[in-house]
Amino acid sequence: MTALPLLDVQGLSVSLHDGRETRHIVDDLSLQVGEGEILGLVGESGSGKTVACRALMRLLPEALSISARRITLAGDELASLGVADFARVRGRGIGMIFQNPASHLDPVMRIGAQIAETIRFARGASRREAKAEAIELLRQVGIPDPARRAEAFTHEFSGGMRQRAMIAVALASNPKLLIADEPTTALDVTVQAQILRLLTELRDRRGLSIIFVTHDLGVVSQLCDRIAVLYAGRMCEIGPKRAILGRPRHPYAAGLIACQPAAGATLTRLRTIEGQPPSLHAMPSGCRFNPRCPNAQGDCRSVQPPLDPVEPGHLAACFHQVGTTPRLGCAA
Amino acid sequence: MHRYRFVLQRPLQLIPVLFGISLITFVLVRSIPGDPARLILGTRATPQALAAVRAQFGLDEPLWTQYLYFLRNLFQGEMGRSILYKVDVLGLVAARIEPTLVLVFGAVLLSLLIAVPLAALSARRQGTLVDSSVRFFSTAGLGLPNFWLAIMLIILFSVALGWFPVSGYGRTLTDKLHHMVLPWLTVALSLSAVLTRSLRASLIAEMRSDVALAARARGIPEGAIFRRHVLPNSILPTLNLLAVNIGWLIGGTVVVEQVFAIPGMGQLLVRAIFSRDYMVVQGVAMVFAIATVLVNFLADILTVTVDPRVKL
Amino acid sequence: MSVAVPSPAAAIAAPRGKRSRRIAGLPAPLVAGLGLLALFLLLALSADLIAPYDPIFQDAAARLAPPSFAHPFGTDNFGRDILSRAIFAVRIDLQLAILGVVFPFAIGTVVGTIAGYFGGLVDTVFMRIVDVVLAFPFLVLMLAIITILGPGLQSFFIAMALVGWVSYARLVRAQILVLKTSDFAVAARSLGFSHPRIMFRHLLPNALTASIVFAMSDCVLVLLSGAAISYLGLGVQPPAAEWGIMVAEGQGFIARAWWISAFPGLAIVALAFAFSLVADGLGELLGQRT
Repeated sequence: MTALPLLDVQGLSVSLHDGRETRHIVDDLSLQVGEGEILGLVGESGSGKTVACRALMRLLPEALSISARRITLAGDELASLGVADFARVRGRGIGMIFQNPASHLDPVMRIGAQIAETIRFARGASRREAKAEAIELLRQVGIPDPARRAEAFTHEFSGGMRQRAMIAVALASNPKLLIADEPTTALDVTVQAQILRLLTELRDRRGLSIIFVTHDLGVVSQLCDRIAVLYAGRMCEIGPKRAILGRPRHPYAAGLIACQPAAGATLTRLRTIEGQPPSLHAMPSGCRFNPRCPNAQGDCRSVQPPLDPVEPGHLAACFHQVGTTPRLGCAA
Repeated sequence: MHRYRFVLQRPLQLIPVLFGISLITFVLVRSIPGDPARLILGTRATPQALAAVRAQFGLDEPLWTQYLYFLRNLFQGEMGRSILYKVDVLGLVAARIEPTLVLVFGAVLLSLLIAVPLAALSARRQGTLVDSSVRFFSTAGLGLPNFWLAIMLIILFSVALGWFPVSGYGRTLTDKLHHMVLPWLTVALSLSAVLTRSLRASLIAEMRSDVALAARARGIPEGAIFRRHVLPNSILPTLNLLAVNIGWLIGGTVVVEQVFAIPGMGQLLVRAIFSRDYMVVQGVAMVFAIATVLVNFLADILTVTVDPRVKL
Repeated sequence: MSVAVPSPAAAIAAPRGKRSRRIAGLPAPLVAGLGLLALFLLLALSADLIAPYDPIFQDAAARLAPPSFAHPFGTDNFGRDILSRAIFAVRIDLQLAILGVVFPFAIGTVVGTIAGYFGGLVDTVFMRIVDVVLAFPFLVLMLAIITILGPGLQSFFIAMALVGWVSYARLVRAQILVLKTSDFAVAARSLGFSHPRIMFRHLLPNALTASIVFAMSDCVLVLLSGAAISYLGLGVQPPAAEWGIMVAEGQGFIARAWWISAFPGLAIVALAFAFSLVADGLGELLGQRT
């Protein structure tokens, strides 16, 4: 990326102050998303992906405090914005879609009305304009007979259609960046592929940037331009898709990729990374992955490895990267 | 419109309940010790009249035949005669419906007018002094005895301030409304305590819901989220609670009518109990029960109208 | 250098807000409610020692006396001390609230367990009865039954038992229906345990939580009903000191002596408040909404 990135996050941390102790759920996270780029944010559940995204939207419970060195969206500084000013960023700057549209869409408001409402609050359009635009949006996200479906309620949609409707609702405020928090996890494979195609189309047509949160590397390999791998709230590795999938440097990233069941592979036992992700209350010192890491050595247990470039645009936070030491990563 | 098909089907399902109601009232009156004919006509009845009643109700026949006679009479709108007022029970009850209806509807409306803003204020200012006060008063309000509240309101607003009449119902519309203010307030204050607690809890749950989160994420202002998403989704459990409590509410009006001397069904019931006017007790109890069943039916229709998901 | 991002809108409170403050590990409302109940119990047990006057002693010289040092709550038209009467009334009203719940609780629990466990015709019959009883406004049915039995505290308890069990039966039945398909119930059946043993030793203890919480809030309703019925003259009979009766006795003197009705009513509110607090606290402790 040579041009200024659309989103530039430097040193984002989310912490929980629990009596005397402060625990970091997200620790010093930095990432950039370019215009029209799709960044895959990958990690196990509990790795802080969702918390990091909600921190960007400031949609976290009060008990969690957010800090950052810098957050800019299209050059505008967000981190220091007051609560009232930041409200304007939600929707218009950054939009968000969720895993479960059934619970995130209002069950007692018609789909069209939810889109129109968003349009009116974002741009102050008239009711009539907003309604027409809502129907147009529903058409754009591939809902057949949009004029009629706009009058329907969430429960009258199928799972895939609901997800399309939620995308339409989120796009209604015309955000530059869309955060998609596992939007396809609950869908079956064919519908999932349709939604992924829709997101790619929207990127191509609208120049929309997307942060796609998932634990599914298969989805990432289809959709994303770049990949960021999170473990226990810290960035392990970030870089272009090809580089990460082809030659991962961080043992955790390598392990994740090795654990992905390959399409058409014969039935072998599913590979897993041994051990469990650490709990928030017992974070290991040094590299947070060290108790599970096959490459771990003394320094990993005492010093936190910095996120250093391994090649231009590809960074990894590991002292003993895969390929430089005996290759491991997964236990059969 | 197939979602409303139950409007036609439900009355059929209610028939067993209505039979049950008639059976219970029948059993109740027949459980009274003594000669039923004398109970129906009072102690000073002539032998001829007693014989006539025995024939009409089949009192010499087995109990189940008596029940059939009872049902037949019911279908003919024949609920017996009042000993005290010397008129047919049906007409007597019918004349008393209006004040009770006015009392119940006005009180429900007023309690919603009190509960919705209070619950909204409390939920939106959670943890503040306002919230604590609302919670304290709504919890204390659960235990307000309506007969005592009525007397306290009379002491304050009628005796001390002279704003409202002490009791009675009035003749003209404005006169009636003037008389009903304190009874409404009495019922509404305790009812709104129940509603406020329930609504506050639902509002808080909805404010933390995924729906509210998603609305925030797309830039809808907090106030609009509250009005457009939180409130509509919270109101339904409260309406259901209101329907469930309607029996309790109607029962409460019996006492309130007694305190304020409102000529409604409740007052009729209490007088009938004291004068052992059994046919009237039976008639009023049945009408009250049928009214409760109807209100629940209306609540179902309302639920289907408000919530597009519900199918009955 | 890193800046703290301004904290999010206050509306996004953490979901912990449902928990109230704790005292000695218990929810504050529970402790406060139990404390208040203990106070009432103490009043009931030691009314003879605490009450300044004999509750039925008529002081002709001090009729309709307003609250003063000698009579903190004033006196009634017979010159009886309102405070002393209100203290002695705790005995009856506490008994009213508690016994008025115990009988329906016991009957409803047994019926609900049997109906839920066996299902089929037994269940259908019992649940139809429940529907019909619930169709009557509670107080109206109570009054109708009391009409037949004649006024009095005993009639009140009988009527309460006849009418009040339905709520418990419904609640327990719903719990049993869920529990009877659970693993441990299936296991108990396959071990060949008898029906009563499975029902009452295995299922019921697990089903009771919800109805115990409900019973505490039901105490409020029963207390109010009992007082209302006594107020109407169909419950506890004068000259016994009972709060509902005392309110009724003051009604004729509202223009001259507000205190006769006011204080006994406040006592009802306080006792009801204690039960409500216990219900709220217990519900929170046991993870039940009331």
